[in-house]
Amino acid sequence: MYKYDQYDQSIVDARVDEFRDQVTRRLAGQLTEDQFKPLRLMNGLYLQLHAYMLRVAIPYGTLDSRQMRTLASIARDYDRDYGHFTTRQNLQFNWIKLEDTPDILARLATVEMHAIQTSGNCIRNISSDQFAGAAADEVADPRPWAELIRQWSTFHPEFSYLPRKFKIAVIASDEDRAAMRLHDIGIQLVERDGELGGRIYVGGGMGRTPMIAPLIRDFVTADDLMSYLEAALRVYNRYGRRDNMYKARIKILVHEIGADEYRRQVEEEFLAVKALGIDPPAAELARITAMFAPPAFDTDAPDAVDRSDPDFAVWLDQNVRAHKQLGHAIVTISLKPVGGIPGDASSAQIDLVADLAERYSFDELRVTHAQNLVLPHVRKADLYTIWQQLTDAGLAEANLDLVTDIIACPGLDYCSLANARSIPLAQKIAVRFADRSRDLGELKLKISGCINACGHHHAGHIGILGVDKKGTENYQLSFGGSGAEDVSLAKITGPGFDEDGVVEAIERATDTYVALREEGERFLDTYRRVGMQPFKDAIYG
Amino acid sequence: MVESATETTLRFRDDEPHDEPAVTLDAFLAEQTNATAVRLEAGEDARALLPYLDRLALVEVSFPTFRDGRGYSAGRVLREAGYTGELRAQGDVLVDQLPLMRRCGFDSFAPQAEIDGEALRRSLDRYDFRYQAAADAAVPVWKLRHG
Repeated sequence: MYKYDQYDQSIVDARVDEFRDQVTRRLAGQLTEDQFKPLRLMNGLYLQLHAYMLRVAIPYGTLDSRQMRTLASIARDYDRDYGHFTTRQNLQFNWIKLEDTPDILARLATVEMHAIQTSGNCIRNISSDQFAGAAADEVADPRPWAELIRQWSTFHPEFSYLPRKFKIAVIASDEDRAAMRLHDIGIQLVERDGELGGRIYVGGGMGRTPMIAPLIRDFVTADDLMSYLEAALRVYNRYGRRDNMYKARIKILVHEIGADEYRRQVEEEFLAVKALGIDPPAAELARITAMFAPPAFDTDAPDAVDRSDPDFAVWLDQNVRAHKQLGHAIVTISLKPVGGIPGDASSAQIDLVADLAERYSFDELRVTHAQNLVLPHVRKADLYTIWQQLTDAGLAEANLDLVTDIIACPGLDYCSLANARSIPLAQKIAVRFADRSRDLGELKLKISGCINACGHHHAGHIGILGVDKKGTENYQLSFGGSGAEDVSLAKITGPGFDEDGVVEAIERATDTYVALREEGERFLDTYRRVGMQPFKDAIYG
Repeated sequence: MVESATETTLRFRDDEPHDEPAVTLDAFLAEQTNATAVRLEAGEDARALLPYLDRLALVEVSFPTFRDGRGYSAGRVLREAGYTGELRAQGDVLVDQLPLMRRCGFDSFAPQAEIDGEALRRSLDRYDFRYQAAADAAVPVWKLRHG
């Protein structure tokens, strides 16, 4: 894991001091709310329906037990004893007092954490593959590149007032577990002639105008990475639309001028920027990479697992994935208990997961964009005891990637932008389908409470969008989206439904899938093969 | 150190303030290419000035609202091309944005509303280290780490 040196620590400490100063000036009336808003937002502090929400950055979703316990302590001391893990691999506290935020940030800084650029029209927290460093299929660990980008983008003087927010993801496998092409910039590390480089996709995103990012550059080496990103961002900062916030994301610019013209402008800018010497030397990437060296795996760890406990075997098959090291496995801890709130964890649960990470996973944890947690480096021999401890804490739901593993935005229960509630609908769906979820297989269901699409409904095999229809909550249903390597955008089925109606419609759709599926087909595969019509007939017929 | 040239302009330069009024970019390009001071509106292309940098003593960049960050790029484009004259940020220039503008090469500020001197001093002195190279003299952290 990355460890701060004196420079990193000094910068984060200065940030705490800066925000304390800004809060003091705000409370003293020296800053108007209008002037304070972008400052607090750039530090992840939102004003929601009922209280301030503080979003803490978890760079590329990686953290250790000490950091995890600190999050639990903040939940206990400053919030209502729980936190919410987000689709950006971050953590949100929902009930924060403005005057407490400087102290919370100071506490975070003691464990190398912060809330820098978790909001605002700037480069946000860099996201990555939650299985980085553990996945059997990666060409390299993508996190050193993500850390390089984190540092470059932190307080970037030119790109702190972009037309709109800017999200970057870095992965290093063909299997995309991070929705890479639905980011403003998605980077896939690939190998070419023995050298590592990034394939750069620009202009993806969800929101009201979902787009899949086109390939802009097929290979950028680490030596050129900062210059290339600087060029890509500069073109956007200069020419991205500022007249309409709904058309201000880079995807609109790339779409309006076309990928070829955008590419040409970036290449031209890159030639100018490359000459400035802004790229860190190879030694810097090497310094960072050394901190992500694989842990000292037990090379004699037995590979066999005793499956005699049937409940354990179910969890094993559903939530445990292959590790690159023999005798080890990757455990996903579901934060989607049936009937619970997707992504929420109590401080006691957070502490327990920290204990498990420290004891069984080389002190490492991950947050996934699907709002779950991961123990990335577990000996197979320890799986059973881990499962038992998770079971006692209500964290052993065996539903990774099943219909009950729902991504849901906070919705109208918290968010001032929402048109409809997401959480109660997610709970209702999970309860209704829990019994048949394993038979339905991989089925990614995602719910957004408004058109801004924080719940990734465009990328759902089944997506649900809550809208306001003449003062009542209405839900539009869509099928066929994917945020994985087979990326696609979901299509709306037809007229929307009320809350019970949409659950009913999903049932008809899944019944249709069960009737039509061929051997080995997921819901998404059947939909892609037969098209919308049979589903439409079942739902509206 | 902050040296005030006029009642409202903050200058971080030792030379004498330039007193010729700035002309618009259109006027400069069309007929007044002997002018030595130009004003760029937020959406205008700073690169249009590159052929004339050696004769310019002042470029004023407009920040119509603090949210409009195009001027940051304009400043860097001019500095990267070798412009050494006065680079002034004019408009909705606030104390918390000013350090970023300094890093993008601005050395003169004409804020619409008065900036509190004490808050500005704290703001400019706060960070000892910078992660990235920009248009100021700050040495990026990676260079401090590796020489």
